[in-house]
Amino acid sequence: MREISYEKIVAEVARLCREANYFLGEDVTKAFEKALADEESPTGKGILEQLIKNAEIARNEEVPMCQDTGVAVVFLEMGQDVTVSGGALYDAINDGVREGYEKGYLRKSMVEHPLQRKNTGDNTPAIIHTKIVTGDKLKITVAPKGGGSENMSGISMMAPAAGEEGVKKFVVETVRKAGPNPCPPIVVGVGIGGNFEKCALLAKEALLRPIGQPSDDEYAARLEREIFEEIRKLGIGPQGMGGRNTALAVHINVHPCHIASLPVAVNINCHASRHKSVIL
Amino acid sequence: MTKKRLTPPLTDADIENLEIGDQVLITGTIYTARDAAHKRLVELLDEGKELPVDLKGQIIYYVGPTPAKPGQVIGSAGPTTSYRMDPYAPKLLAIGLKAMIGKGSRSQEVKDAMKKYKGCYLAAVGGAAALIAKSIKKAEVIAYPELGPEAIRKLEVEDFPAIVVNDCKGGDLYEEGVKKYQK
Ligand code: SF4
Repeated sequence: MREISYEKIVAEVARLCREANYFLGEDVTKAFEKALADEESPTGKGILEQLIKNAEIARNEEVPMCQDTGVAVVFLEMGQDVTVSGGALYDAINDGVREGYEKGYLRKSMVEHPLQRKNTGDNTPAIIHTKIVTGDKLKITVAPKGGGSENMSGISMMAPAAGEEGVKKFVVETVRKAGPNPCPPIVVGVGIGGNFEKCALLAKEALLRPIGQPSDDEYAARLEREIFEEIRKLGIGPQGMGGRNTALAVHINVHPCHIASLPVAVNINCHASRHKSVIL
Repeated sequence: MTKKRLTPPLTDADIENLEIGDQVLITGTIYTARDAAHKRLVELLDEGKELPVDLKGQIIYYVGPTPAKPGQVIGSAGPTTSYRMDPYAPKLLAIGLKAMIGKGSRSQEVKDAMKKYKGCYLAAVGGAAALIAKSIKKAEVIAYPELGPEAIRKLEVEDFPAIVVNDCKGGDLYEEGVKKYQK
């Protein structure tokens, strides 16, 4: 058994929280440049220029790119030959989030109870998804998620007869209804298959893929291209003010499912598409 | 595209000069307020009491910034979603508020009030919070400090960038812009 210390995990999670909020991925800035070159609307072009400048300032000055520094969503891939010394793994994650949000001057956006709504004051608890894998490494991904885009997500338990056309319609319709609210240009994460909760997680995981990298599944990759083209026709554009670039990418993850089901989930991410990983 | 300059306090003529899609740069004093502050302001109005700030000709920015780092005037400060302020906005427009800055669509009631009282709605780019903070030169809490990030702040801004979404003629960029590019 390989040991990783509690303190190490705390420090790494704190760092990832800060870096995810300060440093936008190069895949996203490249997608901005591409959208800028392609955009037909002058207003849309102006917005994309602002987003490029904004990412630059956040990076150079180490400040959050967006004031909604989000819920801390944490993905763990834990090797089955690794163990944590000095405390519980999930406590270490939450201590890391607490430290990262406090010392990184990030906004605290978690409320204790969904109906009583008192702020927890330190952005904990994190939302943690764990996978056990082979090996003796621990991979940690921190993906802060803003409220504006998360609120525009949707899920549909379709009849298998709805087929490819039904899935496409649902995804495009979800993007259309979201309009300006999720701060377009967005990244569209889609999960198809699994069951109710699995397909939501597939959609969220799809947001972690580098922008524009097609799915390994050829069928899904074709759907990604076709849905992307449909979304371009919507005309929503940057910030919903009209234009061609409503989405930077469509990422689809698929999974086997029940003979009677066709679950589809759409998780929308804003242009502040934030995630940072480390392998310990 | 040429940018129009706004320096509050704004007059009816300033507002009439704005069209949807115009890019504007604001220089001068603007005020921040979110849900909780709006609720208090409108309660005071309903009771016939005086407001802690005279809103005649002024601009309100819907924002909840991140904590300021040492040496910063304000943290990252992008716009928050505006519809939460819709129930209060018409009453503030009625007493002379001229412009609101936020993101996302407004209700029909707010649009009607903008037409009636000559007001406008501007959008700042959602998520461009670090860039927007650069245009804020001074920030001072002037009312409701107990509301924390939701307190009313007076901001001194220089070339604060925004886009006209609703003008006082009933135009709506979210509707018309999308129509123009829809295929
Ligand atoms: S949707 Fe994203 S970019 Fe827009 S305000 Fe929320 S976190 Fe920021």
